[in-house]
Amino acid sequence: MEGTERIAGRLRELYRQHGYVQYKMSKFEPYDLYGRNKDFLVSERILTFTDTDGRLMALKPDVTLSIIKNAKGGGGLQKVYYHENVYRVSSSTHGFREIMQAGLECLGEIDLTAMGEVLLLAAKSLETVSGDYLLDVSHLGFAAGLLDAGDVAEADRREILARMGEKNVPALAARCRELGLAERVAADLVGLTGLYGRPAEVLPALRGMVRNDRMAAALEELEAVCALLGDRGDHLRLDFSIVNDMRYYNGFIFRGYLPGLPSGVLAGGRYDNLLRKMDRQDAAIGFAVYLDLLERLEQPKERFDADVLLLYQKDTPPAVVLQAAEECRRQGRSVRVERQAPEGLAFRTIQEVR
Amino acid sequence: MEFINIALPKGRLGEKVYRLFAEAGYPCPSILEENRKLVFENKEKGVRYFWVKPTDVGIYVERAAADIGIAGKDILLEYKPEVYELADLGVGRCRMCVAGKKGVHDSRENTLRVATKFPHIAKAYYSSLSREIDIIKLHGSIELAPLLGLSDVIVDIVETGKTLLENDLEVKDTIVPISARLIANKVSYKFKHKEITALCQRVDALCQEGKL
Repeated sequence: MEGTERIAGRLRELYRQHGYVQYKMSKFEPYDLYGRNKDFLVSERILTFTDTDGRLMALKPDVTLSIIKNAKGGGGLQKVYYHENVYRVSSSTHGFREIMQAGLECLGEIDLTAMGEVLLLAAKSLETVSGDYLLDVSHLGFAAGLLDAGDVAEADRREILARMGEKNVPALAARCRELGLAERVAADLVGLTGLYGRPAEVLPALRGMVRNDRMAAALEELEAVCALLGDRGDHLRLDFSIVNDMRYYNGFIFRGYLPGLPSGVLAGGRYDNLLRKMDRQDAAIGFAVYLDLLERLEQPKERFDADVLLLYQKDTPPAVVLQAAEECRRQGRSVRVERQAPEGLAFRTIQEVR
Repeated sequence: MEFINIALPKGRLGEKVYRLFAEAGYPCPSILEENRKLVFENKEKGVRYFWVKPTDVGIYVERAAADIGIAGKDILLEYKPEVYELADLGVGRCRMCVAGKKGVHDSRENTLRVATKFPHIAKAYYSSLSREIDIIKLHGSIELAPLLGLSDVIVDIVETGKTLLENDLEVKDTIVPISARLIANKVSYKFKHKEITALCQRVDALCQEGKL
């Protein structure tokens, strides 16, 4: 865990440098907040208990909802970061787990500057772990615009987006045929799903797909934000298979990846739709870093539990033993004092005091 | 150059798929030798193959122990691993079916007892029909269940239908057609994009030609 702690510390410092303030929250909140927005959460299962006054409480499965609920309205931006434990069901063990998460949210009137800054912070966050990261970006407005052009009913969109998320071109093409989509729209949906590459490589193909204002606006925004990343732009990849739930997210979204980890370690984007659901009229963008995944990157543990095992006899004066141990520590070595060697622990050297 | 790690399903399907990969330009002759090795490499071509239990392929790929793998659609529907499904290889074709005793008519009056190796698929299918069922999870010899009265029907893979026929069973409904799919870990796909898409295109092209 030490490595993860260190990275979390560096992330906090990074966000502070950009003027974000820490959002601290209690371990539990009224269940209502999460119950109303279950679809927004990664897992629907929430750990609940009844408080002393009979209210149903939840161990927080998420931080973003609480931030939105407590954010003040009015002018200006709310820039907050968090570093909290959340409680979720892990898909592998089907039990609840405590997961360390860091992230930031920017609420208010989100303009290109704010979006560029958040994307830059996402890139810098990944950089604190490895210089060899990839940051995938996408724009939900582009895919949605294409579905508009194909007159795809709301009910059918979810499935099309799910196939796009799997990069499942054969199934996507088959579904488009079943729905009787215009051939050209279907071909572009398939093309969009297969696309993966640097903005400079992919953007020309996207320009050829624009059919309506929604797509044009999405493409313009995507290009503009990507351009703001400067040198770090080399880590960007356009990928339209990252499709978050459109009931909450809208517009620009992104995911971060590190080599050696089996899944994405950072996820974020614009979620104005979630704010509408919570009766707010402004906009928001943010991301979360799944710190628990980073454990996998850590170096193998130190092979020794202590540098020195200091053994003493029954008749060795205690003062002598402790002094000998202190002497070792002054030399910068860790020391364990015992009468006999403990089982299952490893030491660099074993010494005896007489 | 980095290796592409490929999980092949043990058995006939895996061997067939390996031959396809070899023909597509990713051979690894040592894999055909009779020995107890588990991992086979071809440094020159940058591929590393290993055999795993067919139901485990999704897990190996989801957790990035393998960059890509070959899994039947049945496995993908049952375990729903978070992976990319890049191509339908069109091999290992069969159907996921509901089967039961010949001539026995199904009434909606009772809770239907369903024996299967695929509880998720069975549950999803019957819930789409708003039908209440009792799932009996078995690990093999599914066809035995209706014969002994353990279940009313089975949900299982049917390839030729011969086993059903010989045991006086028949297909009642087809749930979904099944075939082998080329799947990829989502992160590997990004970091080894050039290598994986090149492999995928070559293999897919061969499949389209109907080489199998």
